[in-house]
Amino acid sequence: MPAVQETVERVKRIDVDQYRYGFETLIDSEKAPKGLSEEIVKFISQKKNEPAWMLQWRLEAYRRWLTMQEPTWARVNYPKIDFQDIHYYAAPKPKKTVTSLDEIDPEILKTYEKLGIPLREVAMLEGIEPKVSEDDPAKRKIAVDAVFDSVSVATTFKAELKKAGVIFMPISEAIREHPELVQKYLGSVVPTSDNFYATLNSAVFSDGSFVYVPPGVRCPMELSTYFRINERNTGQFERTLIIADKGAYVSYLEGCTAPQRDENQLHAAVVELVALDDAEIKYSTVQNWYPGNSEGKGGIYNFVTKRGDCRGANSKISWTQVETGSAITWKYPSCILRGDNSRGEFYSIAISNGFQQVDSGTKMIHLGKNTSSRIISKGIAAGKSQNTYRGLVTAHRKATGARNFTACDSLLIGDKCGAHTVPYIEAKNSSATFEHEATTSKISEDVLFYCVQRGLSQEEAVGLVVNGFVKDVLQQLPMEFAVEAQKLISISLEGSVG
Amino acid sequence: MALLEVKDLKVRVEEREILHGLTLTVNEGEVHAIMGPNGSGKSTLSHVIAGKPGYEVTDGQILFRGEDLLEMEPEERAAKGVFLAFQYPVEIPGVATMNFLRTALNAQRKARGEDEYSTPDFLKKVREVSKSLNIPQDMLKRGVNVGFSGGEKKRNEVLQMALFEPSLCILDEMDSGLDIDALRIAADGVNALRSPGRAMIVITHYQRLLNYIVPDFVHVMSKGRVVKSGDKELALELEASGYAQFEDAA
Repeated sequence: MPAVQETVERVKRIDVDQYRYGFETLIDSEKAPKGLSEEIVKFISQKKNEPAWMLQWRLEAYRRWLTMQEPTWARVNYPKIDFQDIHYYAAPKPKKTVTSLDEIDPEILKTYEKLGIPLREVAMLEGIEPKVSEDDPAKRKIAVDAVFDSVSVATTFKAELKKAGVIFMPISEAIREHPELVQKYLGSVVPTSDNFYATLNSAVFSDGSFVYVPPGVRCPMELSTYFRINERNTGQFERTLIIADKGAYVSYLEGCTAPQRDENQLHAAVVELVALDDAEIKYSTVQNWYPGNSEGKGGIYNFVTKRGDCRGANSKISWTQVETGSAITWKYPSCILRGDNSRGEFYSIAISNGFQQVDSGTKMIHLGKNTSSRIISKGIAAGKSQNTYRGLVTAHRKATGARNFTACDSLLIGDKCGAHTVPYIEAKNSSATFEHEATTSKISEDVLFYCVQRGLSQEEAVGLVVNGFVKDVLQQLPMEFAVEAQKLISISLEGSVG
Repeated sequence: MALLEVKDLKVRVEEREILHGLTLTVNEGEVHAIMGPNGSGKSTLSHVIAGKPGYEVTDGQILFRGEDLLEMEPEERAAKGVFLAFQYPVEIPGVATMNFLRTALNAQRKARGEDEYSTPDFLKKVREVSKSLNIPQDMLKRGVNVGFSGGEKKRNEVLQMALFEPSLCILDEMDSGLDIDALRIAADGVNALRSPGRAMIVITHYQRLLNYIVPDFVHVMSKGRVVKSGDKELALELEASGYAQFEDAA
């Protein structure tokens, strides 16, 4: 059998049973009845003990949503979603108020253990290692705001962050404790009317993370949140808001996995980033939602709106993403380069296999003078998947000296998949410099044979070649995630390796 | 027992028979040259021994130390000690040569049930070998064969040969694309690896290479068969008279 054919066969065998994170946690949960109405929106708001202004904000979004249509321009196909057949709220039943990790449901902790997230260790380390050394990356700590289903169940490192003046908490708490910040920034990057899914999220979001880094503060640790869908038929509507005030710096890591499912699960998150003068935000994602089984059944529908606003001069926002999961990915982390000399970056690895459909990319909106942006996108398509890069680079009339560099590379494994590149470029002033490069290639049989002749197995060979292909992007990930990402890439492509 | 026994091998590629019953025996320590015109099946033989997909063996046997080589995956053959130096080594962007060497070497050792090399031992070994082949350390940091000159690519093949310590080395048209200096360096590297426990099959069009790597035996292939065997004098004879005389014999 020719090598590529063999790889195709192997890819075909990748199945639900192989999905490493496909397990379910048996804990009691409390959920809202199916369907969406003003009553449900009120129910969610009430569950969260929200102030009146928040409920109003949600209701306005809900009313707007009723008038909107699902977008159809993306290169993805799926059965029509019945939005009245979804639970919009689910929470693990609180046994009592949580003050330490020991009080958390052991089932939940076990789940995190399976995911390889050393929550307990992190908490223990916290006690014995009070000082953070910025020079020694190995000693850098990661604060985990663990989101389990929709309610944050544990927040670690809070004390240390507080010392630095950094606010890092579930957004539901921030709404109560820091209403002035939330009111000022929530919806200021992704307005409630932005798009169908963002508007839906605005109406029903249950929880997510809130980060505020005060002026001149460099956040003393990487912040990370792990999301996990665990309740059958429960939509997950995360809302994240990160603000880096003047001269502040923060690096935020997000990773997620989900258990296997027969029914499709809707995920519509919104992430808003605001960087003021001289501030920098680095946002990294490793996404591994359940991709569906070998017949293309099940899997997560991931309709995400992520946008960063370089509001201040000399600010910088950098998105790095490794997308391996989901049945459908609809996601365009973008940067609005409003401040003069601001900079936006987008580094992406999108892997699709089986029947996965990925339509992902970025938007770089140049508004300020001398703004610059860089896009490095690596798409890898295997199995019968479709992988589309869709990007927009635009320079406003006043954005003199705007610069963009874009490189989109696609790698095809087998002959039943597709890779597509759809770049939109608009320059409204003559001083803008936009560069676009794109390549599409296949893993050749000759390369695979060369590797196996040197002793690597077929699967190791594919893994090696793909990891070489995505190296430029992997390098952008914080060290903590690079290893995990490399593993994920191998898992998503090898599948049958036990 | 012979190291390699090819018995009456018949091979097809997409319905067309390329090898029509080829027999060849190679013992430890021997260097065999296989010569012949384009299309005589020289490269096919090397590919089938190494296990390249796309070839159908319809008859015959290949035994390696008495074991049926055709039953093994290509990577198993590599771990058993079969090494093919490619005529056109491939480029693997983004994969540092050093990383590739280490991954491959450890994969082979693991397959044989041996311990993986420790980093210091591995680095020491690579440095030694690369120095003798005139390979700069900088080259090892670059992507596998990416941006390498023809000579560098071939030296990288010899470097791997030296690192993996195979018992059978097949050199497929090693001289193609090399100038005389590059050829000399590569050939010196190969000669340094000649040992009583290791056999080599040198595939070439031209006698030139055999001035540098002097074979014990020379076989002439034509139209999918070995049509004449002899010692190194046979190569010189060919150089003078050409392959045409064998076209009819085949």
